[in-house]
Amino acid sequence: MATPVQTTLDLSEKFPGFVAADTRPGYSGWIVAPEKLIEFAIFLHDGLSYDFLSNLAGVDYLPEGKMEVVYHVYKTTGGPALIFKVQVPRADPIEVPSLTSVYPGAELQEREAYDLYGIRFTGHPDLRRILMWEGFEGYPLRKDWKEAFYEDDLKPFKSRWPEGKIKMAEEKNPHGDNIRFPAGFDPEKWVPTDPEELLYASLKNYYSEDKDGVKTDHVVVNMGPQHPSTHGVFRAVVVLDGETVLSLKPVMGYLHRNHEKIGERNTFLQNMPYTDRLDYFNSMTNNWGYALAVEKLMAIQVPERAEYIRVIMAELSRIQNHMILIGMLLNDLGAYFTPALYAFEERELILDIFEAVSGSRMMCNYYRFGGVVRDLPEGTLDKIKSLVLERLPKKVEEFDRLLSENEILVARLKGVGYLSGVDAIAYSMAGPVLRATGIPYDVRRADPYGIYDRFDFDVAVRTNGDLYDRYLIRIDEMRQSLKILSQAVKQIPEGPVLTGKPQYQVRVPAGEAYGRVEGPKGELGFYVVSTGKPNPWRYHVRAPSFINLTALEKMCVGGKIADFVAILGAIDIVLGELDR
Amino acid sequence: MYGKGLLKGLGVTFKRYWNTYWEDITWVLSNKGKRYYTPEGVAHRSSKDARGIFTVQYPEEKLPVPEEFRYIPFLVYEEGPNGEKNIRCTSCGICSKVCPPQCIWIVRTNDPATGRPVPAPAEFYIDADICMNCGFCAEYCPFDAIKMDHNYEIASLKRNVLDKEQLMKPLSYYAGIRPANYAREEAARAEKAAAKAAKQEA
Repeated sequence: MATPVQTTLDLSEKFPGFVAADTRPGYSGWIVAPEKLIEFAIFLHDGLSYDFLSNLAGVDYLPEGKMEVVYHVYKTTGGPALIFKVQVPRADPIEVPSLTSVYPGAELQEREAYDLYGIRFTGHPDLRRILMWEGFEGYPLRKDWKEAFYEDDLKPFKSRWPEGKIKMAEEKNPHGDNIRFPAGFDPEKWVPTDPEELLYASLKNYYSEDKDGVKTDHVVVNMGPQHPSTHGVFRAVVVLDGETVLSLKPVMGYLHRNHEKIGERNTFLQNMPYTDRLDYFNSMTNNWGYALAVEKLMAIQVPERAEYIRVIMAELSRIQNHMILIGMLLNDLGAYFTPALYAFEERELILDIFEAVSGSRMMCNYYRFGGVVRDLPEGTLDKIKSLVLERLPKKVEEFDRLLSENEILVARLKGVGYLSGVDAIAYSMAGPVLRATGIPYDVRRADPYGIYDRFDFDVAVRTNGDLYDRYLIRIDEMRQSLKILSQAVKQIPEGPVLTGKPQYQVRVPAGEAYGRVEGPKGELGFYVVSTGKPNPWRYHVRAPSFINLTALEKMCVGGKIADFVAILGAIDIVLGELDR
Repeated sequence: MYGKGLLKGLGVTFKRYWNTYWEDITWVLSNKGKRYYTPEGVAHRSSKDARGIFTVQYPEEKLPVPEEFRYIPFLVYEEGPNGEKNIRCTSCGICSKVCPPQCIWIVRTNDPATGRPVPAPAEFYIDADICMNCGFCAEYCPFDAIKMDHNYEIASLKRNVLDKEQLMKPLSYYAGIRPANYAREEAARAEKAAAKAAKQEA
C-alpha cells in the first residue's frame, strides 16, 4: 500500500543513502537515518509544507533487535499523511534526535516515548518521565517488560478454559507484593528529592528577584492533583509572581494504566471495549477511530446503513460532549451547576439513545470491524429524529441565549489564554482549540473518513484564538453537527449493518495502519501494527487531550492564576484519555 | 446596554423555573395523574417533551432500562417437565476466550467412564468485579446460553465471584427482560429445527 506521496515524489533521491522507502509488506512511508532526521524534517516542514505533526509513536521490534519511532505528518491545508520512521539498534542507550526544534508539538509525545520505551531524544529541552512516576524502574512498553500482575503474553489466557480453576488476581499478587522497586529502594524511607527537583528546575524563573527595591519571592503553587478545576487527578506546577503565572509544567499519569500494553496483550476485538474507557464521554468516537485503523488493515468495507449509523452516533456524541464542556467550563468559572445541569438534561436524552442501541450509556462498545453490532432497535430512529429535528436545535439556541452575551462570562473569557494560529499548528493542537485560532482544519473535511464527504456542513472556525472563541466554536460545532444529523436521519437507507458474519477472531493481515477521526476533543488517532497474529503487535493512541496540553504553558504564561482554570477547562481534557 | 446579556440569560433560567410549576399544574388540571412517583411521570420527564425539572427521585423512582441494556452476564437454563434445570451452556469456551478482561473461568465436564468431554460445564465462574459489561460473551455465544442481565443493583461489601448456581436463571426470565431478542432467537431456532427435520426426511 503506497501513499500518494510516494508515487509523486521520491524522497530517497533528495537524501541519497539516508532515506529509503519502507518496503516491508503492509508498510508505507520512509525510513530515515537518525543523523539526517532533523534535516529531513526541516525539508518536510519548510519545503513540502507538512506543518502538522499529528502522531509520534515508538515501536519495539524485539525479534529484529530494532527500536523504531514512527512520525505521521500532515498538511494543515488537507490531504493524506506522510509517514517517516527512524530505526535504531535496540541496545542501550537508544538515541534518536529530538524533533522539538522543528515540530514543538513533539515535546510531550517524545517524553511519552522516552518514558515507555527508553528512547532518549537528544536535544529535547525537558526529557523526563511523564506518565510513570519518577523513580520507576524499566520501560513498560518494551516487549520484554512484564507487569507485576503478569499472567501470559497474549490473551486469551490458557488457564480460563477448559480447566478454569479460578484464581483471583489478589491471591496471586497480595497487596504489598504487587509492585516492584529498583534495587536498594525503600518506599518507606524515600524522600522525594531529585525527581521533584528536576521538575521544579524545569520551571523558569524559580528564584527571587529584586523588584522596585523590594525583595520578592516567587511562589510555587501545585494546582492539583486534587483540585476541582482539573477535572480529575491532573496536576500543574505553577510559578507565580503575585497572581501572574510565570511558568507552568503539567504533571500527569495519576490515572495511567498502560492502556497500550493492555492493548497489545488483547486480541484485536478485545480492544474495542477498552477504547470506550479512553475518553469516556465519547466512546462512540473512540470506537470509530480504532475500527477505522483495523478496517484499513483488513481492507473491508462498511455497509451503507452502518456508515450512516456511525455518523449519527458520532455526531450525537459530539453534541453531548460540547454541552458538557460548556456546562463544566461555566462551573469552573463560578456559574455553579446551572448551565451544567441544563447540559446534563440534553446529554441524558442523547445517552438514552446510546443505551437503547448499544446497551450502555457511556461504555458503548458499539462499533465492530466492518459495521456496528446491531441495527437500531425499533423506534430509536424516530426518537433520534425528534431530538435532532425538534428539540436539540432549540436547546442549542437556548444555551446561546443563556450564556453567550453574559457580561461576566465575556469579561472572564475575552482576550484570555490567547494562542496564535501559527503556534497552535506548531504545538500540534487539534480540534476546536486549533479551529478557534483561525485554522480551518477538520479531519472530516481535510482527510474525510466514513461518508463525511457526502454531507453539506461548514467547518466551524473562529479567528481570535482566545477563550471566548473557544467557547463560541463549540456552539458553532453543535449547530454544524445538527446540520449533518438532520441530513443523515433523512438519508439513512435500509440494509445490513455488518459486513460478513460476526466473528470473534478476526484475521488481520500484517502491516501498519493509522486511523484518525475528528473527535470532539480533537484529532483522535490509532496507530496499529499487525504481524498477522490474533493480537496487535503495537497499539498506539494519539490522544487529543494529551497532545493539546503541549501548549498549556504557552497559553497560561502572563495571565492570572484564576485564568489557568478557565484555560484548562476550555482545552477540554479527560483524564481517562490523557493518562491512558 | 451593560447587563442586557445577563438579563437575557436570567430570562432563560426563569422560564425553566416557571415551566417546572406550570407542568405540575397542567398535569393536575388535565387529569393526567401524578407527575412524580408514577411510571408515566418518569417517562414524561425523560422524554423529548420534558420541560422544567427533569430529575428522578432514585430509589423511589427508577428509569426503565431499554431491552439492550447490559449488566453482568447470566447463564440461561431451560426448565424440564419435572423441574430439572437444563443448562444451555456446552462449555465450548468461546465466552472465556473472547472476554476482554478474562473474567470467565470454565471447568469442562468429562464423562467419568470414557474420559471424553461432555457438553456441559462442571463449574462456571464469573468474577463480576472484573467484568467490564462489554457483552461480548452474549454476543458471540453460539448457543444463546449466556446473556446480559438487567439487574444493576448488586452492590455488596464483599468480592463478587459468581458461581454456576448464582449465574443460572430460567429462560422465562430471559424472555421477560429481552422479549424482542428472545422472539428473534426462537424463530431462528425453529427455522433451524425445521430445516434439520426436512433434511432428515429427505
